[in-house]
Formats: sequence, structure tokens, C-alpha cells
Amino acid sequence: MIRKMIEEPHSIWTEGKGEFPEIVLSSRVRLARNLEQFPFPLKQTEASANAVLERLEKVVAKEEKLIMYRLKDVPDLERHVLVEKHIISPDHAHKPEHKGLIINEGGTISIMVNEEDHLRIQCFASGLEVEKLWETANVIDDEIEKDLDYAFDEKFGYLTCCPTNLGTGLRVSVMMHLPGLVLTKQAGRILTQLSQLGIAVRGLFGEGTEALGNLFQISNQITLGQTEHEILSNINSVTKQIVAQEQAARDYLVKNAGLQIEDKARRAYGILTNAKVITSQEALDLISDLRLGKTLGMIDGIQLKLINELYLLCQPAFLQVLAKKQMDSRARDIKRAEIFKKKLA
Amino acid sequence: MFCEECEKRPANVHMTKIINGNKVEKHLCEQCAKKQQDQIGFAIIPDFSFSNILSSMLNVDPFTSFGNVQDNEITCDKCGMTYSQFAKTGRMGCNKCYSFYGNKLEHLLKRIQGNTQHIGKIPKRTGENIRLKQELNNARIELQKAVLNEEFEKAAKLRDKIKELEKRKNSKGGDVGDQKND
Repeated sequence: MIRKMIEEPHSIWTEGKGEFPEIVLSSRVRLARNLEQFPFPLKQTEASANAVLERLEKVVAKEEKLIMYRLKDVPDLERHVLVEKHIISPDHAHKPEHKGLIINEGGTISIMVNEEDHLRIQCFASGLEVEKLWETANVIDDEIEKDLDYAFDEKFGYLTCCPTNLGTGLRVSVMMHLPGLVLTKQAGRILTQLSQLGIAVRGLFGEGTEALGNLFQISNQITLGQTEHEILSNINSVTKQIVAQEQAARDYLVKNAGLQIEDKARRAYGILTNAKVITSQEALDLISDLRLGKTLGMIDGIQLKLINELYLLCQPAFLQVLAKKQMDSRARDIKRAEIFKKKLA
Repeated sequence: MFCEECEKRPANVHMTKIINGNKVEKHLCEQCAKKQQDQIGFAIIPDFSFSNILSSMLNVDPFTSFGNVQDNEITCDKCGMTYSQFAKTGRMGCNKCYSFYGNKLEHLLKRIQGNTQHIGKIPKRTGENIRLKQELNNARIELQKAVLNEEFEKAAKLRDKIKELEKRKNSKGGDVGDQKND
């Protein structure tokens, strides 16, 4: 199952389904949990780390739909594909010793074992869909708790290694494509305002506040002192606000610079289908232009899903797994151009 | 406000220089500020990391520090986390650390979470006691109110309810204790 998940050319966030697929690529709900009996991964010994893995293996054995893997059995490059597909965190991939991963067939559930906390229960969906994701995560949480005692405190809630996850342990995040806000120079202002509301914003690719490919991720910062439903409805309504703003910006662009936007999208298509060498940075920007043109009805014949998948092809590990060999960055840039041409033809 | 250098990223480092009595203000983003720090002659934040921010929040409040060198050697007996390790990273080593260092977290939690009391989900199976306890507390408060208002019929009902809850709590307490020995 994990092989298929690694090799297939798509991920939940590339599907282009669900609510507001033109703007929202995907939603994620994550619960941080620890087992009462054992020290947190930060302080665990080899024995206690293995004990946690064994406990979880026992629980998962009862669940037909879930499979558990030990990450040290997954090759380096393939672990990094899981990071690029947003199934596990970079930390989880870098140090695979004593780490586990529980997944389901469709890739909508991923539980990291012995990451910063013993359990990071994650559920994913295409488009905006946080309430349903919470319901699924909540059921998984209850199922696990039937067999294992969680570290919980009446005052602090679910106990986590880092106090930024304390309380509900719930992090809700939404991945969005916001070229309209960036082109109309509103992204900085709107996204700064969000941070004042306890909402974290970061670029999905790129360092610091730069968002390559105009992809952003927003998530709740506060996990303590709010109920799960308050957190979910906050993110839900903030996301809808941003969607409305982005939509308004796109309408404005069509009205005032429609020709330039279409030109940009067609030029992007031209380069993506004809280049011989293309860096991921250049590709991310072009994909964003093409994607904007597509969602505004200016480009026919290419599915939104396919454009989303191009984002994955910008990723170094995935490209190498696809090519079935190790490649340096130059070789990757050539391979990337080759695949783009084939995909978009 | 955007960074004056790159005009791309938001300005989040603000500097005021006074040269010969003239005040010059600069608004930069983190990246450009870093590039400039040599010219300016001082490091803005030498080792800017998340752990440092967390731990600086632990230290700012004099009440959050033990203020005694010996106390810095306090160690969690479950995971071996020392107070100074905790103060350096702001992270906990196990659930028991929270009973050792939890009271030092108030200030940090108020800042990063805005709250110090959990009001969300309680574990379905093991949290039964906490739920009963909360129900009991609420019933006791209701009882006092009823007595003060001389609503004796209501008070009598509440007293029965409290007795029932206490009984359930005591029997449950035994069950949970047994399971923990596993």
C-alpha cells in the first residue's frame, strides 16, 4: 500500500475536488496525542520507543483498513516523497529510527508514530472540508483510546511535548492558491491581519514569508482554551473570507487586465510544454500562472487535476522516484522539462 | 508595510538609528535585516529559533523562575528532564513534567495560547472520572444556589443527584485504578 502511495503521480491535494477547488487545494485536521505510560519521544529510550510502536501495532492489527509501517524499512528517497506529498513531516522523514506510520488505502488518513508526540493523527481531504475531517479524526482518536491510556490533564487537556499544541492538540490547516491576492498586492496585508487573529500563514514552498507558486497554508495557532468546534469554525469562516477576497481579486483582474492574465497563462503553457531545462522555482511560478488562467476559463483542454499534479513534479524526491534513479539538480531540471512536455501534450 | 529593501516581504524588523542627532528609521523584513546586520554593527537576533522564543517567554516573568540555583537541578523522576533543560527549550519530556513544571507555564500559555484552561474534548474512556467530577462540581454549585434561594425541593433533588454521582465516581475510580496496573 505504501509503495502505491509513494509512486502514484497524485496526492489528496492534487485531486481538484471538494468545495472551492479553484482556490482551496486541500484541508487537513491533526490531533497530537501521547500515551500516559511512556516519556514523550524527546525523552524516550530505545525500549520505550519500541514499546510505543508495539502498542500501536497491536491496535492497528485489529483495524482492517489501516496498515502500519516502521519508517526505517522505507528507503530514504521514498520517505522524502511522503514529505513532498504532505503525508508526513520533514522531521519524521529525517530521523526514521523508532518512527512509525499508519495509513489507509486512499491516503486520507496518516498517523505518525513517535514524531514530536507519540501520535499525530492526521486526516486529509481535497478542497475545503474541515468538519468532516474532524469527525473522522475524532472517531480514530476514540478507537485508539479504547486500548491505550492517553496523557491527559483536567486543566491542560491533552498533554503534548510542546506547549503550542497543548489542550485540544488540534491543528486545522488549509492549503490555498492565492495568485489574485498576490497580483493585486493584497496578500501581504490580508495575511498579516490574519496573524493578529491567531491564524498562522506560511508559504507552502520557499523560505520564510515567500510563497513560491502562490501556495499558502493557513492554520490555527491556538489549541488551548477553545473547543474543537470553535477552532474548526474559525478556520472554516476565515478560509471562506479569503476565498471571497481571492475571488474578488480574480474578478478584478479579469475585468482590468484580462488580456495580460490570459497572455501570462498561455506563455506559461508554452514554456512548460517546450522547455528543455526547467528549475523547480521557475516551474512553480509558471504553474501558478497556468492554474490561474485555467480557473478563469482561459485555458481549455487541460484538467485542473493535471495542473495540480505538476506541483508535485517540481519536487526533487518525487522526480527521482519517478525516474527510478538518483539525479543531481541539473539532471532533475532536464527530467522535469521532459515530463512536463509529456504530461501536457 | 513592506520591507524597504526588497519591497516584497512584510517589514517585521524595525530599527531606529540616531546619527549626529538625526533620527533615521528603517523597516525591513527578516532576511534583508540579516543581510544588513554587519553594516549596522550589531546582530539583531543571533540565533533566532522557535525554542529560543518559547524559552525567552518562560524567563521574562520573574515568577516563572525558581530564582534559586539549586532549584535549577530539579529533575523529573519519570523522564529525567531537568528544569534547566525545560527552561532552555520550553518543551516537556513526559506527562509528569507537567506536574513538576506546569505552574511555570502560566505566563507562556497566556502569551501563546491566550488561555490556561482546557475546555475541549475529554478522553471518552479514561476521562469518565473528570467528567463526573465536573458534573459533581456543577451540581454542588447548583445546590448552594438552591439553598440560598430557599428552593428546598430543588435542593433535595440536587442532594440525591450528588449522592448518586459520588457513588458512581467512587466505583469508577476503583475500575480505572485497576486498569492502570496493566
